[in-house]
Amino acid sequence: MSEAKKAKKSGFGRRKFLVGAATGVGVILGAGYLSRDLGRRYMAGMIHNLEPSYNNEAGPNLWFEITAENRVILHSPKVEMGQGVFTGLAQIAADELEVPIENMEVVHAATDRHVDPRSTGGSDSIAGLWNPLRELSATLREMLKSRAAELLDVERSALTVDAGVISGAGKSMTYGEVVAQTQESEWVVPDPPPLKDVSEYRYVGRPIARVDLQDKVLGSPIFGFDAALPDMLYGAVVRPDKIGATFLGADTSAAEGMPGVVKVVEEPDFVGVVAESQIQAEAAKKAIRARWQVDRNWQQADIEAMLKVGEGTAFEIQKAGDAEDLLSADGSADGDLITAEYSSPIGAHAQMEPNGTVAYVETKQGADDQVTILISTQVAKITRREVAERLGLDERQVNVKTTFLGGGFGRRLHTPNAMQAAVLSKAVGRPVKCFFDRKEEFQNDTFRPPTHHVLKARLNGGRIEALEHHVSSGDVAFGSPFIPELMETVLGADLGAWRGGMIQYRGIPHHRAVSWRVKLPFATSWWRSLGLLANTFAIESFIDELAEKAGADPVQFRLDHLADDEAGRRMRGVIEAARDRARWAEGAGEGRALGFAASTDAGTPAAQVVEVSVERGEIKVHRVVCAMDPGLAVNPDQIRAQCEGAIIMGQSASLYEEMTVEDGALTPTIYGAYRMALMRDAPKEIDVVILESTDEPGAVGEPPLGPIGAAIANGVFKLTGQRLRSLPLRIASTNQG
Amino acid sequence: MEELPVQISFTVNGVAQRVEVAGDTPLLWVLRDLLDLKGTKYGCGKAACGACTIHVDGEAVRSCSFAVKFAEGKEVTTIEGLSTEGGLHPVQQAWVEEVVPQCGYCQPGFIMATAALLEKIPSPTDQDIDDNIVNVCRCATYYRMRKAIHRAAEIRGQGSEERS
Ligand code: FES
Ligand code: FES
Repeated sequence: MSEAKKAKKSGFGRRKFLVGAATGVGVILGAGYLSRDLGRRYMAGMIHNLEPSYNNEAGPNLWFEITAENRVILHSPKVEMGQGVFTGLAQIAADELEVPIENMEVVHAATDRHVDPRSTGGSDSIAGLWNPLRELSATLREMLKSRAAELLDVERSALTVDAGVISGAGKSMTYGEVVAQTQESEWVVPDPPPLKDVSEYRYVGRPIARVDLQDKVLGSPIFGFDAALPDMLYGAVVRPDKIGATFLGADTSAAEGMPGVVKVVEEPDFVGVVAESQIQAEAAKKAIRARWQVDRNWQQADIEAMLKVGEGTAFEIQKAGDAEDLLSADGSADGDLITAEYSSPIGAHAQMEPNGTVAYVETKQGADDQVTILISTQVAKITRREVAERLGLDERQVNVKTTFLGGGFGRRLHTPNAMQAAVLSKAVGRPVKCFFDRKEEFQNDTFRPPTHHVLKARLNGGRIEALEHHVSSGDVAFGSPFIPELMETVLGADLGAWRGGMIQYRGIPHHRAVSWRVKLPFATSWWRSLGLLANTFAIESFIDELAEKAGADPVQFRLDHLADDEAGRRMRGVIEAARDRARWAEGAGEGRALGFAASTDAGTPAAQVVEVSVERGEIKVHRVVCAMDPGLAVNPDQIRAQCEGAIIMGQSASLYEEMTVEDGALTPTIYGAYRMALMRDAPKEIDVVILESTDEPGAVGEPPLGPIGAAIANGVFKLTGQRLRSLPLRIASTNQG
Repeated sequence: MEELPVQISFTVNGVAQRVEVAGDTPLLWVLRDLLDLKGTKYGCGKAACGACTIHVDGEAVRSCSFAVKFAEGKEVTTIEGLSTEGGLHPVQQAWVEEVVPQCGYCQPGFIMATAALLEKIPSPTDQDIDDNIVNVCRCATYYRMRKAIHRAAEIRGQGSEERS
């Protein structure tokens, strides 16, 4: 590890540790969480003038509990949405704490014990906690050791730690025993101790099985949809099916007397019903006649007209040399001017668990109301604030307990449904569970915005002299009602629509990227990797077009345009690794072709080779080779799993998925009609090569989604000669296959 | 309009159950909300995703679209009843070996669908898998699932050899 990296501190000072008696067994070790420098690290070079402010939460943040049975419970500030964060954090903590990973248990932190000022997203869960968690764990280990020295009456230097047991001079104690015999005032917090070298770790770097694996095959984890409280009722809220609908009021008379109905609740901005069962709540909801004001009957053509490079406001996100002049069509520059346009559609999250909440607003005689929110959310902190504001309470009266997430992908970066459930609960004085149904989930999604791209290049002597990418996209970050918070939340690793929009071949002397911003009439937001898939599709398809024009091998052509700097070298590493593993030079089998693409996202480069064919007019993906360089691989097996999932999800978005606007509504509203990749569509072979060119973990969950669309399109071009420039990719009917 | 409550008796995971509920109530809600078996998931409510897959008399059924009255006198198995005291079901065992789940929400449905498939076709080909396993997984764990299905067939085969 380099000296510079060793010296990096995550910002935990001595005073931030707090040790107190826990309810029940064991003790709590807490620390204020201030990760300013880590956040800045991601920001560097990615944005020019936006500066997030991290607030240090008042009060202790709970990280660890150690029980008398010597189990270590880690309260994770990051939510588990499938990305395997619980497993990675358990590995990191177990290694510094010197406990067997089997003794670790990871749970979601509730907001009354711990608030992460950031959310979960942007692929930075492990990367962002790598240093803070190691430091916390090492500090706790040293505290336990010092205290054990007193209790055992053995010199501290004579003590060793192994598997959660401290021994020396023929005596020993477990961590749990130390904790059980220690009062709050007896702990001594040392300066942060030196961290172990990565080579000393037993768990980090190994393909440890997921800590939630057994539970997940038994069906036992509690997701938001499974959460329950005693005496719970079921709520349903009427949601609009038209774009831009404003709630005016409702006729609720038909619903009032229906079986099981406890109360119909009408608020200025929504109407809902509470009933004894889910079915009864749904039935009563259907009987409510809500009145909506809809100012415009939006059609797909309206959206497409708005979404054009040249419409809206422009922001230059990258510039080197004089691309603008060289690419003007006045004929004064040498070489061939080549231009092309690309596009991508509206995408739905379609995560399997719909959004919803179990809420309980408990009114207490002579005391403050207490609110409990059980929810699968990526933003516990924002949710807590929204509920508190809506009910006119202090945030401390609201405790948000996060459950497992049945998929996140950005859909749960804003969960205002918690407020609605809380309002319903308050109205009936009992816990209420209130969820979206699938149709509402599709219609009220915060969609991946559609995009339009214009690319221009000047080719001179077989090399790209100038390249320009213009992307027009619906808002991502700026569309959010929580700009400041979501900025600090997600800007750490991305900038919404631009993501993947810059030119990564910085060996091209003149290059430039421009982002055009359009405000669409429906909500658009983060969708696993955001602009990365669409931007990479456009740029990497265009690079292939240029290689074709230049008569060059597409892989070599890419290598020839990389800059000789760190990012360029890492990109070269993945390009060559994918090329070699896929035996690019040998080409594909009969009736098939290979396609290539590469991208860098949140600092992680990825390159992919796909093998495609066209069968009965449909594009089939048979094999994907993915080389990715996320830096130190905390859990190589889970990195592979993330690559496999991202590749198939990206394939799904590239080949099948598309929402359209019809008569003011977003459609379709059900799986199947919203076609997604199924088992039969998934490649039978996915080969992941992990490169570790840095000694700190980087982004994993989104980067491998980047290249897939372009790689498929490039393969299809090689096979059929058809250059497909819009997603989802569809073959014009020919005799192929 | 909802049907009137009726008494319905059936077995769930080997235990006799009697519920009083409108006969057209989807079995999914009876299992989840009345019998507190939360392993069976809601994904769409319209038989379009398979998250709610269970077994009724050994057949894979999408319980969101299966009225409880049709379960009268039948044997229902949910994910909670798939493993036995002897340990995990071969499908669950294979899922663990291949480290399939990500978020995990869809997994009970896939595991139940696969268990039913293997009863009918003990050694499915890739084509059999493509034709029969048509649930939705948004985390897109299909690549590992396919491997796990083949592995489950193997484990099952070994088990039956030992028994015979
Ligand atoms: S919930 Fe039953 S098939 Fe989707
Ligand atoms: S594991 Fe998340 S939906 Fe399948």
